[in-house]
Amino acid sequence: MVKHINLKKKNQSIADKVFMFFVYVFLWGSFVAVLYPLIYVLSSSLSSPQAVTSGQVWLWPVNPTLDGYIRVFQNKQVMVGYRNSFIYVIAGTTINVAITLMTAYPLSRSEFKGGSFLAKIFTFTMLFSGGLIPSYMIVKDLGMIDTMWALILPSAMQVYFMIIARTFFKTTIPQELYEASGLDGCSEFKIFLLIALPLSKPIIAVLTLMYAIGHWNSYFSALIYLKSQALFPLQLVLRGILIQNNVDLSSIADVKTAMELEGMRDLLKYSLIVVASLPIIIVYPFAQKYFIKGMMIGAVKG
Amino acid sequence: MVASFINEWKTEFKKRWQLYIIILLPVLYIITFHYIPMTGAVLAFKKFNIMEGIYGSPWAGFKYFKQFFDSPNFWLLIRNTLSISIYQLAAGFPIPILLALGLNEVSNLRFKKTVQLVTYAPYFISTVVLVSLVIQLLSPRIGLINVIITALGGQEQNFMGNPDYFRTIYVVSDIWKVTGYNAIIYIAALASIDPSLYEAARVDGASRLQKIIHVDIPGILPTIIILLILESGKIMSVGFEKVYLMQNDLNLVNSEIISTYVYKIGLLNAQFSYSTAVGLFNSVINLILILSVNRLARKWGDIGLW
Repeated sequence: MVKHINLKKKNQSIADKVFMFFVYVFLWGSFVAVLYPLIYVLSSSLSSPQAVTSGQVWLWPVNPTLDGYIRVFQNKQVMVGYRNSFIYVIAGTTINVAITLMTAYPLSRSEFKGGSFLAKIFTFTMLFSGGLIPSYMIVKDLGMIDTMWALILPSAMQVYFMIIARTFFKTTIPQELYEASGLDGCSEFKIFLLIALPLSKPIIAVLTLMYAIGHWNSYFSALIYLKSQALFPLQLVLRGILIQNNVDLSSIADVKTAMELEGMRDLLKYSLIVVASLPIIIVYPFAQKYFIKGMMIGAVKG
Repeated sequence: MVASFINEWKTEFKKRWQLYIIILLPVLYIITFHYIPMTGAVLAFKKFNIMEGIYGSPWAGFKYFKQFFDSPNFWLLIRNTLSISIYQLAAGFPIPILLALGLNEVSNLRFKKTVQLVTYAPYFISTVVLVSLVIQLLSPRIGLINVIITALGGQEQNFMGNPDYFRTIYVVSDIWKVTGYNAIIYIAALASIDPSLYEAARVDGASRLQKIIHVDIPGILPTIIILLILESGKIMSVGFEKVYLMQNDLNLVNSEIISTYVYKIGLLNAQFSYSTAVGLFNSVINLILILSVNRLARKWGDIGLW
């Protein structure tokens, strides 16, 4: 009997070992599959144009050079796009966070009469929209076509983020605090600004990161609302260079042969991918933490 | 009765009018940029005249809807939209679950954290960068994939120019981007499983695989069902951004979807009414889908979106 159990245990541990072997194969596989393209791009961006065109790069940079990066920073279009994107991120995110909090806070208060009806008005927009053309028309009627406002105001709030913020207010600020502040004669403005907001730093951080990354990465509004290149955010400039292959030749005009030109063009693309993702890479350590936080708050039903 | 109701409102409003002031701006926003466009969707039933505006233009009835249903594009767009999203759901949905289950087995915390950190990262890469990365890696001659294929003695492929590859490229690159992100919710669900169940499984002498089948999977099943139901509510709303960037003249047969079509006929060809009709048709289908799916979620999982 005892022997039988031991045998069973032994079989089991072998089965477990085999199983864990497959688990590790799968995890290492996923790890490499995600990481490798990123390393490949980074290494290519640091290699010589010849090495890139002849397919010599496979893991580490070949004949390392910063040529690609120098040319990216010499490209005026890219620099203008970079600057514009920062403007959109800063202005857009500030407005986003303000509007989101101004919606989420009143809707989180149980004493707010008509709040549940208003909440439905907001959430319904997640389910149904008038579509592209009617949205375009209102932006046009407001005279915002081809202005920076078109990228900021029509997307002033994401209702999903507002729901996350509302859940945060509901679950972290105790009802007693509101009651006590009310008794102390605090006005609702004061309660919002001096009591609720200082307690909501975590959610403000979550919202700021989620909105900021959204602004940095988006190109759709710019594609439909902007005409002047001077206003283009980086992503739209990238689309021209990386996808439509419109490399501004002036930045690589000194290159003579066609072969070299093509090599430089590809090198420029790899460097550009890295440069464009730099702000995201910098905030990633914070972003991954806060996004998870936001997701967890969002998963709790408010 | 009515009077007391109004009185109650009055006193409430007097006490808390500042809350209404706080939410005033957001309400103006939601009306201007969401509800006015919703009423603007009547454009679908009107023959648009730029002088008269949306509301002044003459009615056209269902003319533009008929035009859409009768056009050869109709079935092509439905087919493309559906096949992309069903392919994506079938291939992409199980992988985050596997990743979460796998990570849950690992006792080496450092390894677990590193894998999570890396697989989660592509989620933050922009669509433009993602698509250009894909195009670079798949490009004929210098792209990494073709370099490998020719090195192995294979035939070089023009991946982006071949419509047969479009869906696979779309789905695989999407899996690459979102798997780590989508795994998080399952990892959290796994972490919240009652530890006494594992204890019981250990006492019963369950192997790791048995433990996964009898404890882990039942533990996260509600999450799986809800997410599956919610995802299937989105099958008619494939996003514009990525498909549009991946499109070229050669792969259009398989890559033209409703949202890209609406953009092209509406904003590029200025057929405002027709484009609005196509968009409205899509919005209504999506609304019906999400409402029915939410119903299902409530019925089966006791969890709805609202």
